Amino acid sequence: MSTLEVSPAEPFSGQPVHSVINDFSIQVATVNGSGSQTANTVLMRSLFQMGIPVSGKNMFPSNIAGLPTWFTIRASKDGYIGRRKEIDFLVAMNAETAREDVMKLDSGAAVVYDEPLKLNELRSDLHFYPVPFDKLVGPVCPEAKLRKLVRNMIYDGVVAQLLSIDMDEIRKALIKQFGKKKAKAADLNFGAAQAGYEFSAKTFTKSDPYRVERMNGTAGKIIIDGNSACALGAMFAGVTVVTWYPITPSSSLVETLIGYMRRFRHDAETGKATYAIVQAEDELASIGMAIGAGWAGARSMTATAGPGISLMSEFIGLGYYAEVPTVVFDVERVGPSTGLPTRTQQGDLLSTALLSHGDTRHPMFFPCSPEECFSMSIEAFNFAEQFQTPTFVMTDLDLGMNNWMADPFEYPTAPIKRGKVLDAEDLEKLGGFARYKDVDGDGVGYRTLPGTNHPNAAYFTRGSGHNDKAQYTEREDDYIHNMDRLSHKFDVMRKHVPAPVVHIAEGAKIGFVACGTSDYAVRESCDQLRNEHQIEASYLRLKAYPFNDDLLEFVRNHDRVYVVDQNRDAQLLGLMRLEFPADLIAKLRSLRYYGGLPLDARTVTDEIIRQEGK
Amino acid sequence: MSTGTVPTPPKKVNRIGLEVLNYKGSKTTLCAGCGHNSISERIVECFYDLGIEPYKVAKFSGIGCSSKSPAYFLGLSHGFNSVHGRMPAIATGAVLANRHLIGLGVTGDGDTASIGLGQFMHLVRRNLPMIYIIEDNGVYGLTKGQFSATADLGSKLKTGSPNDLPPFDCCALALKWGATFVARSFSGDKKQLQALIKSAISHNGLSVIDVVSPCVTFNDHEGSTKSYSYVKDHEEVLHELDYVPYFEEISVDLAEGEAMDVRMHDGSHLRIRKLTRDYDPTDRIAALAVLEDASAKGEVLTGVLYVNPEKPTFVDLLNMDDAPLCTQPESRTRPGREVLDQVMEELR
Repeated sequence: MSTLEVSPAEPFSGQPVHSVINDFSIQVATVNGSGSQTANTVLMRSLFQMGIPVSGKNMFPSNIAGLPTWFTIRASKDGYIGRRKEIDFLVAMNAETAREDVMKLDSGAAVVYDEPLKLNELRSDLHFYPVPFDKLVGPVCPEAKLRKLVRNMIYDGVVAQLLSIDMDEIRKALIKQFGKKKAKAADLNFGAAQAGYEFSAKTFTKSDPYRVERMNGTAGKIIIDGNSACALGAMFAGVTVVTWYPITPSSSLVETLIGYMRRFRHDAETGKATYAIVQAEDELASIGMAIGAGWAGARSMTATAGPGISLMSEFIGLGYYAEVPTVVFDVERVGPSTGLPTRTQQGDLLSTALLSHGDTRHPMFFPCSPEECFSMSIEAFNFAEQFQTPTFVMTDLDLGMNNWMADPFEYPTAPIKRGKVLDAEDLEKLGGFARYKDVDGDGVGYRTLPGTNHPNAAYFTRGSGHNDKAQYTEREDDYIHNMDRLSHKFDVMRKHVPAPVVHIAEGAKIGFVACGTSDYAVRESCDQLRNEHQIEASYLRLKAYPFNDDLLEFVRNHDRVYVVDQNRDAQLLGLMRLEFPADLIAKLRSLRYYGGLPLDARTVTDEIIRQEGK
Repeated sequence: MSTGTVPTPPKKVNRIGLEVLNYKGSKTTLCAGCGHNSISERIVECFYDLGIEPYKVAKFSGIGCSSKSPAYFLGLSHGFNSVHGRMPAIATGAVLANRHLIGLGVTGDGDTASIGLGQFMHLVRRNLPMIYIIEDNGVYGLTKGQFSATADLGSKLKTGSPNDLPPFDCCALALKWGATFVARSFSGDKKQLQALIKSAISHNGLSVIDVVSPCVTFNDHEGSTKSYSYVKDHEEVLHELDYVPYFEEISVDLAEGEAMDVRMHDGSHLRIRKLTRDYDPTDRIAALAVLEDASAKGEVLTGVLYVNPEKPTFVDLLNMDDAPLCTQPESRTRPGREVLDQVMEELR
């Protein structure tokens, strides 16, 4: 029966037949710039503080203020923190989108809304809770100017009352949000939340099934966004030269890094910095400075998104060919071109792997969580210097800009490794060196740094043809020899990049291959396939490119392997196709989602069922 | 008279015991008579004269005939021949990584005034301490003679095609953007170019030297305004320059009004003796006006156009540790465990 046929005059009534505890998603639909960020963060944090695994995903427009924004909190007792396709509890605060927001809901969902919007007239199969926000905010906020911002906290109170969230947690979360210096602001906001709570308690009879209960799923954890995690990784990796150009969604990576470096990387006595951070005039200058710094012996990095990667193409080719280390963070967003700057995607995989004209190949790291953002960033700096090549850390907007639960990061125990660098003493012992000679068989030559006091130290770095001694050459044999060594170096990387995480399901005929934030959807989908369809699926999560034998083995051992791509053109599958033998290519299937929202398990499961013909 | 063998004369060395030979590079592959070759020779002489240790110098260039030249001088110094128009970025990164490096950038008018204009502008804005020599011949030599953005209005290629867009004057642009050392010279003027290069080495900031350097193959004909003959006929030398390095005693004290004396950052002195024109190279606005005037008349002004030894450099602004960033040990770049614990605590 279509929801539109039901008479709107009869409200959905009755007590909930069963409770759904710690297993739902709340979506708050508001307008950006209206103070909803505080209310949303406080709500998410309150659940977290009650020990309930949560995720919070912000869907915001490419704009500063005044356009629709949606914040989705998922509570999951089973620890599923990927996006949930279905919305169970809607808080509708934006008149412009309210109708569509309500019509999209499944039967049985709950709606807290601004009373004047009269949303209860739209459907009869939902649980409606109208709240007169404008009437409630006046008494708790005497200063008219602040009402617009404080108003949103009222829904925190209403939601807390309906879901049985402890108001003490709301208060604690507010204090954390505002800090000790802004205690008055915290009080004001709590007052608004209280007003919402009291209104809900005396007005509504709860008819929806959703509520929370304390549990022990978040003990010891932190809340952090992926960009901040990468920033911390870079700082603890000992980065010394940071360059950047502002672009959504990577700006906050460097802005957060600036804050941490100011606090922790100044000499205690002199106050001088053991780093330099430059906001360059564009991305070409950013990557150029990072490469110049890496060449001269600094640990360098830059951070950008798709459009910046495009701009960096030429310099990356130089970095590859002249073999200069640097680390590039790509926080991917929807392309092509300007695309959707505030939506997520994994659309830079192919272009980044092959970035620049001519024959180039670049290593990419794929962290999937804040913990990996931290640890793999540190690994990337060692890796870049070990292999003397630009190394890409690929995250995405979902991971980079949203707040995630994470285990506290572990202090790096592996020492900082600067790779094959010869100093004056080494040169004295060796008598000399040839910059691009493969002395050790791993394709990596030895380099010297400018400023080394030895007559044999200097060599000329160039993007044009060069021989083992870095001398200019146009000779066919020199060129082929050098290019083959670079190929060999890339092959050697296969054993040194982070290895994939493999889970073999017993009896599974099919398997998943995915990377980055697809992880959450794939793991949940594996459970859905098992529980709902009795289908077993193995799962290999790639943590880096180039690929290694683990991946080949995985494909070999399954009948069909679904490669999950958050992009239109099946880029991850494409990279596999570039090097796999024909019999293994035949086993690959593509599973794509490219709408710009974080991947959800239901989409994955539905697609598997469809392709498997079940 | 002794009948023994003639003793070999002692090798001529500079104050650190190196010969001129130690400052040379590989054999040039540029055309015979190319202005860039003269500039390379001047660079060799200047670094030798000043007794600078080659390992302290880092050479940078973009792409073009000019950008090939760093291979032909200072063979004992590291060099980075990068990509077209983007040498300033490479140099900036390197100088930040190692603030003790003496950065020497060689570029061309194509490299700097077209594709590289933005990076040139921002390099000036930052006042990065390095020497930036524009080898200016009005054409793209390496791609066989297209006009560059410094080619004068009305000048003609060998084929006769005219340039109908007005030129950029890199010196005027640098002045406008706040450069702290701006000079123009001519590859054929040995003494002046030597004084300018040495002053640039002493200057603590970005030194822009635009050197008209004729391209014998593509732009040295009738109709060119960057040819040897045109420059000879239209050059106006602003002043006589004398450079006295910090390690030499100043033998003659200047009488009042005899010459302007600019004390460089390292204690060297640049003595500027005017010729026909009254010109104060510490007056930025006057410099801009004089350049406009000369441009209108088709004159090529050479000399020190502007010098300001006092302005903070980009390195000063960044408040970096005295020890170069590339030498900082792990104990100073990796914060301790307690820092991570503190940050984790803040995020709980």
